Amino acid sequence: MTKPEGEMTWKDIEIGAIVTEPGSGSQYQTGTWRSQRPTYEFNRCIKCGICAIFCPEGCIEENEKGYFVANLYWCKGCGICARECPTKTITMVDEEE
Amino acid sequence: MATKTGVEVSIAIADAVKLANADVVAAYPITPQTHIVEHLAELVANGELDAEYIPVESEHSAMSACLGASATGARVFTATAGQGLELMHEVLYVAASMQLPIVMTVANRALSAPLSVWGDHSDVMAVRDTGWVQMFVENGQEAVDNTICAFRIAEDRRVLLPVMVHVDGFYLTHVIEPLTLPEQAEVDKFLPPNDYPLPLWPDKPVAMGDFAPPVIYSEAKKAQEVNLRKAKQPILECWEEFGKQFGRYYHPVESYKTEGAKVLLFTMGSFSETAMTAVDKMRGEGKEIGLVRLRLWRPFPFAELRQAVKNADVLIILDRALSYGGPGGPVASEVKAALYGEAKRPKVVSFIAGLGGRDITVSGFEQIVSRGIELAQKGSEEEYEMFGVRE
Ligand code: SF4
Ligand code: SF4
Repeated sequence: MTKPEGEMTWKDIEIGAIVTEPGSGSQYQTGTWRSQRPTYEFNRCIKCGICAIFCPEGCIEENEKGYFVANLYWCKGCGICARECPTKTITMVDEEE
Repeated sequence: MATKTGVEVSIAIADAVKLANADVVAAYPITPQTHIVEHLAELVANGELDAEYIPVESEHSAMSACLGASATGARVFTATAGQGLELMHEVLYVAASMQLPIVMTVANRALSAPLSVWGDHSDVMAVRDTGWVQMFVENGQEAVDNTICAFRIAEDRRVLLPVMVHVDGFYLTHVIEPLTLPEQAEVDKFLPPNDYPLPLWPDKPVAMGDFAPPVIYSEAKKAQEVNLRKAKQPILECWEEFGKQFGRYYHPVESYKTEGAKVLLFTMGSFSETAMTAVDKMRGEGKEIGLVRLRLWRPFPFAELRQAVKNADVLIILDRALSYGGPGGPVASEVKAALYGEAKRPKVVSFIAGLGGRDITVSGFEQIVSRGIELAQKGSEEEYEMFGVRE
């Protein structure tokens, strides 16, 4: 297991900075980039999963009730899910609100 | 026993790549590199070289294809020149920082505009900081030998870096020279198969050229820089081993008739041979002059350079490229930087000549030397002087 990036020295860098640990990108918290966040009115949701297919971050997960919800650790707030949702379930709101 | 034959240097370089048993060649033809890749295409088409030849649509694609092929652990070769090297530019950095051991011949050519297909070192200097190991050769034999050495250096586990062999366009590429192509068995003995430690392989997935946020980018760059500097020792060992096996020795900085010389001429590439003839002539006239030639350009051989020039009073450096608005010849300015901290150092005089295929004759070198001595004595307000330009 490699060290967290913030603790690695230059001597810990693999040949050519190659990443040998599959899926290590999931450690990177892209959620901090967000200026807007998706909010949901689930009474309109038809559970089609289109939002999850279109999410470029792949961070929308189906919850135990069958609704599709963004994981805010990775959600970059791009708004694509809100745009693609056929029932207008999703509204983007500014993070400061 | 390998015998000496007369062969065009470009053809001999391609034959050296065949002797090295390259797996993949991806290249785009450009003057004066064309004969190298044409002959390689022939060798592959004839079944004499068992390799993939990828005829790409540009040099940017050539180097990109080389990256992909090298990442699988293949032995990869390409060649280019001048504008082609420039079109590759961004991918060159990727090859070096991903530590892919690609070997490339650069048939050194001037850069546009005005359009010139002829030789100088503008293209070399533009890729100076790409992170590749880089060396100059002076004749066809050196081009053959160092093409073979380049693969061994590049693929050395302690190096794992791409290597450029700079071969002067036309002056070398298009000249027929008597040279020795080593026997296949000898090359096989010298050059072990490529054994890249982290190739793309489904059973052990890796991600190459990945994203590095600010928290890790500096560490990645430091690792790359240390690796290139440390490559010097394996390079020295490779040349030593080559010498023992083939009888021809190479060094990062090479001295010619420098004993007792207070004035040294400093060159790189094919012009060094004319400079040697000029030194012979001047020595014959009783002048105490010698020649120092730079072979290894990156990593820069600081210690060897300081050692080679330490007893000289005047060091006259001939660059074949301009650094527009800058400190003079690119090599001269690096040599000055390398000597700045020395308590005793020669006065460095920078000349620029031999641009875009302009020849420098033996008498040209004699004039450069006498003008260099004059400038060293009386000083100059200019950073450098251009030699042989009509005023
Ligand atoms: S805002 Fe963008 S990143 Fe966030 S869940 Fe929606 S589509 Fe995915
Ligand atoms: S696209 Fe809209 S309706 Fe479909 S699952 Fe997502 S939120 Fe529900």
